[in-house]
Amino acid sequence: MTGGSAEPIIIMRDVHKWFGEFHVLKGINLEVGKSQKVVVCGPSGSGKSTMIRCINRLEEHQRGEIVVDGIELTSDVKNVEAIRREVGMVFQSFNLFPHLTVIENLILAPMWVRRVPRKEAEELAMSLLERVKIPEQAHKYPGQLSGGQQQRVAIARALCMKPKIMLFDEPTSALDPEMVKEVLDVMIELANEGMTMVVVTHEMGFAKSVADFVVFMDEGEIVEVAPPSVFFTNPKSDRTKLFLSQILQH
Amino acid sequence: MAVRQQTAAARVQPPITERVTVLAWLKHNLFSTWYNSLLTILVGYLLYLVLVPFFRWAVLDATIAGDSKAACSFGGACWTLVKVRLGQYVYGLYPEDQRWRVNLALVIAALAMVPLFLERFRHRLTYAVGLVVIYPIVGYALFYGGWMGLPVVETSRWGGLFLTLVIAGVGITASLPLGILLALGRRSEMPVIRSLCVAFIELVRGVPLVTILFMASVMLPLFLPAGVNFDKLMRALVGVALFSAAYMAEVIRGGLQAIPKGQYEAAMALGLGYWQMTGLVILPQALRMVIPGIVNTFIGLFKDTSLVTIIGLFDLLGMAKLIVTDPQWLGLAAESYIFAAFGFWIFCFAMSRYSQHVERRLSAGERR
Ligand SMILES: Nc1ncnc2c1ncn2[C@@H]1O[C@H](COP(=O)(O)OP(=O)(O)OP(=O)(O)O)[C@@H](O)[C@H]1O
Ligand SMILES: [Mg+2]
Repeated sequence: MTGGSAEPIIIMRDVHKWFGEFHVLKGINLEVGKSQKVVVCGPSGSGKSTMIRCINRLEEHQRGEIVVDGIELTSDVKNVEAIRREVGMVFQSFNLFPHLTVIENLILAPMWVRRVPRKEAEELAMSLLERVKIPEQAHKYPGQLSGGQQQRVAIARALCMKPKIMLFDEPTSALDPEMVKEVLDVMIELANEGMTMVVVTHEMGFAKSVADFVVFMDEGEIVEVAPPSVFFTNPKSDRTKLFLSQILQH
Repeated sequence: MAVRQQTAAARVQPPITERVTVLAWLKHNLFSTWYNSLLTILVGYLLYLVLVPFFRWAVLDATIAGDSKAACSFGGACWTLVKVRLGQYVYGLYPEDQRWRVNLALVIAALAMVPLFLERFRHRLTYAVGLVVIYPIVGYALFYGGWMGLPVVETSRWGGLFLTLVIAGVGITASLPLGILLALGRRSEMPVIRSLCVAFIELVRGVPLVTILFMASVMLPLFLPAGVNFDKLMRALVGVALFSAAYMAEVIRGGLQAIPKGQYEAAMALGLGYWQMTGLVILPQALRMVIPGIVNTFIGLFKDTSLVTIIGLFDLLGMAKLIVTDPQWLGLAAESYIFAAFGFWIFCFAMSRYSQHVERRLSAGERR
């Protein structure tokens, strides 16, 4: 299942995962090409988070194959670390490090994982903070920022590692409505710059304007994959129709 | 988080006006209602009953002049004893003409610690680790001697406050890193490491320190091959360090458990390895949270050092006891023990104040 002709950078083949007895992912097949933007949606508990967390091994899959940027995810720590260096992740709850200032949050991984000298890391961090439009907050602590600002710092922190792929797990669902836009704007800009993105979100406006294709999941399976134009106007499966009718109501 | 609530509360409290008069303060705090007034008077009377005689004994009727018990004839405390024997309270039986070595080591320690208090010094942690490794060697070389013409002073002659500080210092500096490792081990995903750590912690925590000291001093030699003779002080140090490490581990584990899962995930997603994640993200937050518990363990450890008397070492308390068995000074136990208690109190109080200072500084910078 793929939504384009670009060279694939994420490949998931028949991926299965169980939490104990509970079968969360039931044979996921997905290919994402370089520079593609994928929006994943589906009802709560359908396994969206679990799926994208498998891409950088925050969750371990038990069957099937995941290849990211040409590296297969196995239990080999080397491979896992190599993939994590190339994949940035943004969480629903920001997960900034509260004991470090904004700029320290940003330079931590470049300095310790990529061994970039402090000065260089700080320059990169400042340029990224400018990109997410909060350079003036560099020396504050995360707890002193609003939710929208924190999420933008989190995006900048992930970008500091110069990842090839960015994963977003409901980046706007913990935000007050008036802050959603500032975060989405940053994400749209990132998309326009050609970043490969996998985004779990229910922001259908975002899906319509940037997604190359939308993935609909239900009960651990991918039910439908289609470009937004088709997905929103002419969904094939009944489950998709039901979901869309529920989500578009409000 | 408790820290957040505190700072939030501090912000909403009205500013303290400086013009509150003493009378107004008294009325507001001590005599606001009839039962409050009654309590104030009652407590005041009890304090009067206890403190006045004590004050009379310890200060008004006390003697500090002279250099023998004969000088004390006013019925009050005989601080002459403390004055005359001060050297022994502080240095134990360390030879008088060599005491400068202890002083020198103390001065070196004080100077070496200065950079730790410089906020601007970036590499404080590295420096502290280096200090913890190097200083004990310097200290031991000075105290024990046996090189460059320094006469050897056997550890059996070390004593008094000096010995208390040696044991507490070693115990404190060893128990923190050991405790951290044990706490991490207890949460490890590797079953062997986890069970070893759990077994160690539960075993050591389950027995009194006295037992551990006894075992270290009496039983350990039975297991060692003949001829291998561990120094008695060394054995006490190992016992104290392991004992407090077990307590420390549980305090630190409490902090580790309070760190949300998201922090681990964010660190992993950035590509940090286990030790980087632990050292840069998890521990700084976890340790901060449990500073009061850590200091509490330190203070407990400091006082527990007095238990080494039972294996024949003379720390501050041991010296206090030894000194009053001298026939010249018989009957002056109260003075001797009060002085020792005062010595312990000074250090414990200082630790407590320092920890409050650290907490305030940390919570001023960061707000969640
Ligand atoms: N660590 C875990 N242990 C056991 N079950 C889990 C665990 N994490 C998730 N689950 C279960 O797996 C299922 C899928 O969870 P997942 O978080 O992937 O759903 P989701 O599609 O992201 O839902 P939401 O929209 O609510 O975030 C849920 O039923 C959840 O209860
Ligand atoms: Mg989710």
